[in-house]
Amino acid sequence: MTSFSTLHLRGVGRRFGKHDALADLDLEIGKGEFIALLGPSGCGKSTALNCLAGLLPLTAGSIWQDDTRIDVLPPEKRGFGMVFQNYALFPHLSVRRNVAFGLRMRRVSKPELNRRTDEAIRLVRLEEHAHKLPGQLSGGQQQRVAIARAIVLEPSLVLMDEPLSNLDAKLRLEMRTEIRRLHQSLGLTTVYVTHDQEEALSLADRLVVLRDGRVQQIGTPEQLHTRPANWHVADFMGYRNLLPCTAGARSGEAVAVEGDGLRLLASPVGDLPEGAAAVAAVRPEDVTVTEGSPAGPNRIEATVEVVEYQGRELAVEARTAGGTRLHIRTGRRLAPGDEVVLDIAVERLLAFAQQYTARAGEPADTAGRPVLAGQETA
Amino acid sequence: MSTLGLAGRSRPRRRLVASPGAWVTWGAVAFFLVGLLGVIGSVLVNSFGTRWFGGWFPEGFTTNWYADAWQQFGLADLILVTVEVSVAVVALSLVIGVPAAYVLARRDFPGKRLVYLAFLLPILMPPITYGIPLATVLYKFGFAGNLSGVILANLVPSVPFVILTMTPFIEQIDPAIERAARMCGAGMRAVFLRILTPLLVPGILAAAILVLVRTVGMFELTFLTAGPDSQTLIVALFYSMSAAGIRAQQSVDAMAVLYMAMMLVLLVIAMRFVNPTQLVARVKEEPEP
Amino acid sequence: MAAPVVSPPEAGQDGPQRRTDPGLRHRLAERGIDSHLLLLVPAIVFIIGLFVYPFLYGLGLSFQPQQGGSPFADYQRFFSDPYQRDTIWKTLGLAIPAALLNVLASVPIAYRMRGRFRGKRLLMIVLVVPITLGTVLTAEGLLNFLGPAGWFNRTLISLGLADEPVQLINNYWGVFFSLIITGFPFAFLLISSYLSGIDPSLERAAATLGAGWWDRFRHITFPLLMPGLATTFCLTFVLAFSVFPSAILVGNPAGETRVISIAAYQAAYEQYDYPMASTIAMIMGAVELLVIALVLLWRSRFYTGATGGKG
Repeated sequence: MTSFSTLHLRGVGRRFGKHDALADLDLEIGKGEFIALLGPSGCGKSTALNCLAGLLPLTAGSIWQDDTRIDVLPPEKRGFGMVFQNYALFPHLSVRRNVAFGLRMRRVSKPELNRRTDEAIRLVRLEEHAHKLPGQLSGGQQQRVAIARAIVLEPSLVLMDEPLSNLDAKLRLEMRTEIRRLHQSLGLTTVYVTHDQEEALSLADRLVVLRDGRVQQIGTPEQLHTRPANWHVADFMGYRNLLPCTAGARSGEAVAVEGDGLRLLASPVGDLPEGAAAVAAVRPEDVTVTEGSPAGPNRIEATVEVVEYQGRELAVEARTAGGTRLHIRTGRRLAPGDEVVLDIAVERLLAFAQQYTARAGEPADTAGRPVLAGQETA
Repeated sequence: MSTLGLAGRSRPRRRLVASPGAWVTWGAVAFFLVGLLGVIGSVLVNSFGTRWFGGWFPEGFTTNWYADAWQQFGLADLILVTVEVSVAVVALSLVIGVPAAYVLARRDFPGKRLVYLAFLLPILMPPITYGIPLATVLYKFGFAGNLSGVILANLVPSVPFVILTMTPFIEQIDPAIERAARMCGAGMRAVFLRILTPLLVPGILAAAILVLVRTVGMFELTFLTAGPDSQTLIVALFYSMSAAGIRAQQSVDAMAVLYMAMMLVLLVIAMRFVNPTQLVARVKEEPEP
Repeated sequence: MAAPVVSPPEAGQDGPQRRTDPGLRHRLAERGIDSHLLLLVPAIVFIIGLFVYPFLYGLGLSFQPQQGGSPFADYQRFFSDPYQRDTIWKTLGLAIPAALLNVLASVPIAYRMRGRFRGKRLLMIVLVVPITLGTVLTAEGLLNFLGPAGWFNRTLISLGLADEPVQLINNYWGVFFSLIITGFPFAFLLISSYLSGIDPSLERAAATLGAGWWDRFRHITFPLLMPGLATTFCLTFVLAFSVFPSAILVGNPAGETRVISIAAYQAAYEQYDYPMASTIAMIMGAVELLVIALVLLWRSRFYTGATGGKG
């Protein structure tokens, strides 16, 4: 099994006893694509990856590689490569033998084995460490060995299970670039699991957001960033301010929302009938501190409570008279106790129905749903 | 004294003013150790003594009892049987126990608790309780009274012991390593031979040496199933002791010393590989640095 | 396994197909059943053949008395004959005090010996020696050491603590001492390892809250240690309850230390009454499991979760 043009997951599910770890996952992966599975811990993203790898048998659905059904094959017969969260290097084998292990299992001839092993080690720039044992390497180096071990087989699909989560912040950024570089130069189809939305946004061509074992939204990084399908996705994509409220009347593309003494105009996402319980979401960087009167209709008066210095900007927590806490990012020097007037652009304040029920097929549709026309001018 | 226990480091000043409690505990330990020394020492001294009637020590010392015991009890044969039985039990219990330990450490399946209980019971039950029915069954099928019966009977506590010893060793190997091997194209056999076995060598050694010590020292089961030609050292020792008066006490003690020497050699070897606690039960403890 | 080639799937029509062959596979997967479980087969065959079957065979045999009569005749015979029935009390009278003493003496000693000190490993190894030597050799040593002309009595007499040798062998005390010599190190090693499994910072935390060493032990360490103590008691009790060779060698096997294993052994190998021997073996197992069950029931009343240490 060398290559494929599409990989199809059809209604893939995995139950553990009474608990659905993953349900109804439908996904089509094209050759060369970089897909990120994103979600909080326990959302089913690792289950999905292990099902795809064959390490976990499915309890529903099927997986097809072009015309071949592969979910019935054991992992060693699928020809995929995998990079594990804690690297999972064989501790008793040298770097070189770790990388060569898969070729050895495939009975590749000695000269070719040597050539391909050397090449993979060079690709991840570990030539001078080839004879060390994994325990003698730093975390970043171990991760590079794990990547070399996965790609040396030229797998039709590379699976990565939170490969950067054990690295420190600086190394994580470096390795992120490294993974992107390898993907671009080798064109390997990749499925990447992470709980870090920033990592997913920066790496992937398409993102699959999971929650409680179900797909919430599939889309490009931009779609997810600007138009999350529900407030859970919004929460996950960095909309730190989630205000419980009640939906009011519509006016054009905007909807009035009310809660905790605030009356705001927001852009509705999905069905939002009048009187329904709703959640208004906005990113901290989209809340602006105005001088004098705000330009838009959303005027909020608040008192600064907590100020965190974060380099060029401040992360501020302010509290309205009604008791709502708002997270703000601003370049202005504020101090606790300051009275401020805040403004939120209508198109940046998204209103979601509070009760979101995932209807079968709906999340997948959002992948192609265009950004609502006219929203930019509201 | 209290801070001594807490911080684990003691200052000399503290030690001098140790509380009465400390004296009592250390006294109890000393009393126990003196008793132990007396028990072992009197066997050792007697085995080298010529005649010992009253008095602190025998009238003279000799090594004749060893030659005597060697011939009288046929020690060469006894040692050979003991080694044969122990090696066979160790090998068989590893072959049966390690794969089972792997499944029990890694997998969840219906009836797992029942299977675990079945493996725990032979360790919890007195050997006599299951030894008597087992010996009856072995006699029925013609196994008892010979080497194979002794080996089969000794497997009953050994296989569960291997399983209980190996499980923590297997659990501490990251399952992702096996998954990684499978993703590299290794089948189940290759995973076992190339990845798990090299990583499990310390655990397998520990389990092997512990089963060896227990089998050499196992009295009840061997006693119930052994025939005249399939006695191990410990059973022969029991017989010669309970038939006291027929043989000189000193040559019985000489045999006991030989048995003791054999066990101590095994013990010294064992201590290179395992923690003292593991000899008694499966409790994880970090090795001391 | 070859890849089954099926016609390309069309969206929405794989429903019926999902329910046929893979249906069973999916149900098995849900319960965690696959070919790896085959590795368990040799061990299961072994345990059934050499433990479960003989045990059930013995149980069956115990209901087929040699002298005929009702299936329970042998049980009736055992319980109506005081010579047989009393073996239960004699065994418990040895095993429970010995196990209790071993556990209770181990707690303060193990508590004092926490942490590292010079010679600790050596002490541990010395303690393992009697476990390794086993009961037969301990019995031989006790006969010499505690006998009327042994070092122990000689010391007592020269110190003026006794006028004539104290009878310490061929009675209850000989067996009791042999149970202490093999049982105490066992209990001590187990309790030490349970103690090292309790995070020492818990006691430090209690100290910062103003608890003295007794309060720390009583309110923090002891409750956390309790389940371990119960387990240790069970294992030490099992060891003591199975007492057999030392009861014959250093005890008085016809009288006060005629324990239940001797009764079972005599029925089988002296009277060749296998049904009676099986009956006694079953009663022995039942009594032992009953004691363990009571202890474990009591143990379940304590906190048994993580103790934060390296255990």
